[in-house]
Amino acid sequence: MIALLRRDLALAVRAGGGFGLALVFFLIVVTLVPFAVGPGQVQLAAIAPGILWLGALLACLLSLDRILALDYEDGALELIATAPLPLEAVAAVKALAHWLTTGLPLVLVAPVLGILLNLPGPGYLWVVVSLAIGTPALSAIGTFGAALTVGLKRGGLLLSLIVLPLYVPTLIFGAEVARRGALGQPLETPLMLLAGITLASVALLPFASAAALRVNLR
Amino acid sequence: MSDHSLRPVSSLWEFANPVRFMALSGKILPFVWVACVACLGVGLVWGFFFTPDDYRQGSTVKIIYLHVPSALMAINAWFMMLVASLIWLIRRHHVSALAARAAAPVGATMTVIALFTGAVWGQPMWGTWWEWDPRLTSFLVLFLFYLGYLALWAAIEDADTAADLTSVLCIVGSVFAVLSRYAVVFWNQGLHQGATFSMDKEENISNVFWYPAVLSMLGFGLLFVALVLVGTRTEIRLRRTRALMARASAE
Amino acid sequence: MMRVSDLAIVRGGVPLLAGLSFAVEPGSALILRGPNGIGKTTLLRTLAGLQPPAAGQIEVPEDSVAYASHADGIKGQLSVVENLNFWARVYGMADVTDAVLERFALQDLRARAAATLSAGQKRRLGLARLAVIGRKILLLDEPTVSLDTASVGRFASFLQDHLDAGGSAVIATHIDLGFTATVLELAPYKLDAPALTASDFDEAFL
Repeated sequence: MIALLRRDLALAVRAGGGFGLALVFFLIVVTLVPFAVGPGQVQLAAIAPGILWLGALLACLLSLDRILALDYEDGALELIATAPLPLEAVAAVKALAHWLTTGLPLVLVAPVLGILLNLPGPGYLWVVVSLAIGTPALSAIGTFGAALTVGLKRGGLLLSLIVLPLYVPTLIFGAEVARRGALGQPLETPLMLLAGITLASVALLPFASAAALRVNLR
Repeated sequence: MSDHSLRPVSSLWEFANPVRFMALSGKILPFVWVACVACLGVGLVWGFFFTPDDYRQGSTVKIIYLHVPSALMAINAWFMMLVASLIWLIRRHHVSALAARAAAPVGATMTVIALFTGAVWGQPMWGTWWEWDPRLTSFLVLFLFYLGYLALWAAIEDADTAADLTSVLCIVGSVFAVLSRYAVVFWNQGLHQGATFSMDKEENISNVFWYPAVLSMLGFGLLFVALVLVGTRTEIRLRRTRALMARASAE
Repeated sequence: MMRVSDLAIVRGGVPLLAGLSFAVEPGSALILRGPNGIGKTTLLRTLAGLQPPAAGQIEVPEDSVAYASHADGIKGQLSVVENLNFWARVYGMADVTDAVLERFALQDLRARAAATLSAGQKRRLGLARLAVIGRKILLLDEPTVSLDTASVGRFASFLQDHLDAGGSAVIATHIDLGFTATVLELAPYKLDAPALTASDFDEAFL
């Protein structure tokens, strides 16, 4: 499992691995928002937490089809499936690798982009906290979507169609934490619910992902 | 394999055999259609033309005879798909998987009807076609789940693979649909009225509205059953055709 | 070592072979023969546990099987040694040794990124994987595709040593690898449709 994680991380950071693409995408989305809604500082401050969450979510989505498709195409996934690794662990490691190479950088860069959107002072902490807690769920759910669509030729769009509705609760609670944090309101309840969704997704979804992988490798 | 139909039925699961299912569903389908048309016809005509206008909402309230039953079936269809998916994954009965597939477009359509009638009703009542009210939002999210489910079915060529993957998606999706429902309620407490029909109906609604409403709900339920039966029969015929073609090409 | 009894396999809902029974003892190899499309790959995938058999049993000791498919699962951005070490670690084995690299004539390519290898070199890398993962039963699907004569010879001698060491192999191949092996002709097991009635087939719809 460690070997698989190290290999996935190495593949992500080497040439052609696509590391950083999600970050650039995040930056571009955040840059485009003021063009669309106007440069008013008050207006931007009001929507900043939501935009940061939505941007991070879309950036995450963008890189989902790489989680499993590359290994499927070159036959590595079949060989990994016959190796002495439980597929549940493979799915969990893949989600972890995706989070480390996509989710975590997004969390770290979010406060910098918050400046562009005039995020209110207390918001910085809570945007980072909510993204740090919420993005693992996005990776776990995304890995499940990738496992469902791995055998398909044009799975990319379908993957988004399947994954986005599943992202709804995470987005609602995550953005709510960030919004309330920015306004200085109490945010314990959505924070707990967000953490609950992440823990449950990370713990349970690898089983569903493994089931889908088994079907797709048949 | 037609010898299946000669033995008496010993267990409910025997209807999971496609041949038996075709025979039985072919027999009951006309009755379901007749009952459906009768219930819908009586319920809707009674509801639309022979009930008094609501003292607050006027005649707009009558859209309730379409809105509530379709909303009810939109949720029940997904629930039926969940049960059918579980049966497929556990007992591998093809009819079950195909019934889930047949129910999805019906459920999606019911969701659209509920959303549309809701908008039409909401316009005079709330002064807006759309409001991000928890119930409306939940139905919109449910519609997205239906679309994802249908898209996955459509995208996979191998029938058994498609049945397996959509079943897994249906189970995971059910959990997330329920989560979304609570998340949406948390996110925005809305202006939708509480459940119109509940078990203690006297509190909300009088008998004049209640009887035609029950008839239309029954009618929508029967319509759902009839459409799912037709859809499942079509899917079975498609699979049979494909099996025959595979056999022909193998020879 | 590997015992197969009354096995039936399907591909995409179409039954292919049925009534297969054979055993592969330590130190012996079984060669699968048959025309294209008869189900050699499906049989190997079933033996590898990637897809469930439609009927029958496969008995193998736990954690003893390695499968090598048409695709080698090589990562182009990783070097030859990194690719091999990854597989060795996944199987909990020691890193690749020079002896293995020499055996597959990869010693001069060890630091090269796998993306820059030729088709034959990639295939040698894919086969070298079998030498580092320490599995007894090798399931090989056309292992000699894109190999030149010298490389085929190298691979045959590796297999011979593997068998001498008590390993075994099931190989789908059309060429003579030059060592003694039982040959299993699959043609007699080909299913003349509609012999099966199991519920897992599309036949259930007939």
